[in-house]
Amino acid sequence: MNLQVKNLSVVLGKRQVLDAISFDIEPGQVIGLLGPNGAGKSTLMRALNGHIAAAGAMQLGEHDLAAIGPAQRARLIAYLPQQRTIGWRLSVRDLVALGRLPWRAFGQRPNARDESAIARAMAMADIAPLADRVAKELSGGEQARVLMARAIVQETPLLMADEPASGLDAAHQIMLMQSLKRLAAEGRTVLVSLHDLTLAARWCDQVMLLNEGKLAALGTPETVLSDENLAIIYGVTAHRAQDDQGLVIAPVGLRKASTGG
Amino acid sequence: MRLSISLTLLALALFVVSLLVGPAELSSGDSVAGLFAGGGEAAAIIMREIRLPRAILGLAIGISLGLSGAVLQGFLRNPLAEPGVIGVSSMAALGAVLVFYSGLAGSSLYALPAGALFGALLAVLILLAIAARQGSTLTLILAGVALSSLAGALTSLVLNLSPNPFASYEIIFWLLGSLKDRSMEFVAIALPLMAVGWFLISLSARAIDALSLGEEAASSLGIHMGRARFMIVAGVALSVGAATAVSGTIGFIGLVVPHLIRPLTNRMPSSLLLPAGLGGAALLLAADIAARIVLPAGELNVGVLTALIGAPFFLWLVVRARREML
Repeated sequence: MNLQVKNLSVVLGKRQVLDAISFDIEPGQVIGLLGPNGAGKSTLMRALNGHIAAAGAMQLGEHDLAAIGPAQRARLIAYLPQQRTIGWRLSVRDLVALGRLPWRAFGQRPNARDESAIARAMAMADIAPLADRVAKELSGGEQARVLMARAIVQETPLLMADEPASGLDAAHQIMLMQSLKRLAAEGRTVLVSLHDLTLAARWCDQVMLLNEGKLAALGTPETVLSDENLAIIYGVTAHRAQDDQGLVIAPVGLRKASTGG
Repeated sequence: MRLSISLTLLALALFVVSLLVGPAELSSGDSVAGLFAGGGEAAAIIMREIRLPRAILGLAIGISLGLSGAVLQGFLRNPLAEPGVIGVSSMAALGAVLVFYSGLAGSSLYALPAGALFGALLAVLILLAIAARQGSTLTLILAGVALSSLAGALTSLVLNLSPNPFASYEIIFWLLGSLKDRSMEFVAIALPLMAVGWFLISLSARAIDALSLGEEAASSLGIHMGRARFMIVAGVALSVGAATAVSGTIGFIGLVVPHLIRPLTNRMPSSLLLPAGLGGAALLLAADIAARIVLPAGELNVGVLTALIGAPFFLWLVVRARREML
């Protein structure tokens, strides 16, 4: 399903947090959502998921996202909020299983389809060995993987994850991006906000760069994460290298933006 | 499931014991005969008009309190939540107290429950109006606490202004909570309302499970937050409002029971609902039986007993299992 956004604007209080964002994304891709702190990455995801009021048009396939209710939205969009909340002492398995709620009728027990989705998501997030542990007692990185599995298990056409890589060790960051790639290969759209430029450059099919609520650039990592954009938008200089797997971008110093505003 | 079956058996056993205990010295045989036709005239009256309504109310009010505590703790993701915390019980109490004060209590049997229900309903309308504007769980807790304090203050004001010591005494006594001398009419008023409340609460099972992950995650799992909030607040208000209307305020059951039962479940908030209701019934029936045995003259109020045992027990629970509370 194509994700089409036209003139999406969000005002929180008196601040224009998103300013006339428009894009059209074909399915089957991992889209990296990048930008400095406060650029509007989380707001964009929250607006797409109906958590905050937004002006403009949002369309997923033939569905108008502003017009559908929570139950239908939950079968179209899985969303991992940045804030990691785990209430009660739930087991990892029970917590991941919550992601199947949108597909279950009231009072219905998980069926075979649910069970296989749960097993698959837990394998993708590399948490199968933690299945019987109390999620609350895991380390921060482990909790992040458990919550990611909860979103994956929803098996929706659009998966949005807000900083799923933060707190993950190097191996699990790579595993995460591999999993997202696999989900995209199944025809899903994966929208993921990242701070690590190399992760974005190597694993994302396209990168969406936000700056001060505006869409600064959208395209392949090579073009969007140019030295110029990094300097203007992030205010950094970076080392870059290319190997047969893709780009490596390591920020190394600060640079004042040359243009004002 | 096994837990629910055990608790059902326990509650039923206590229900039967409740029928057999009282100041009138009836043998078990006379009691059974009195309940199911036959038997002496006196036995039939005692059983059908005194002990049966008392046992039914103990069961139903216990379910209401346990269920409300469990659903509120799940909904607010707060182990300290209980029906009192959203102000419903204290507003119901205020409504009843006003009926006493105005002297309407003597005019009709229905005046007192009606006043309490009106108070509970008013609490719900205020809470929903506030929650609908703001829409966060925290707002609901804060509004509930404010409402509770206000109702408490107004109740004190009524006591202050009450025309004679006897009226104050009557009010205070009612506030202490009791199941004594409640007739079948009380059952007929309260039970249907409580049942509707239980039904509304049971509809929120999915919502409280999803809310384990926070409000945004729950909403992204397809939970209509506004609807869930309405069902829970209305369900708690109906069941606890009706309970308070006939029994006065009975504290601590809604708070303690979910904590007692939670470690026996898989900790999923929805799987706590039924066992907490049954556990609440068992605990209130047991407390009401104890209240009759400790002081056979029948002047010990069950609300006093539940608070007297409940509060220290809760403290012990907190000290023993601080980390396990959630």
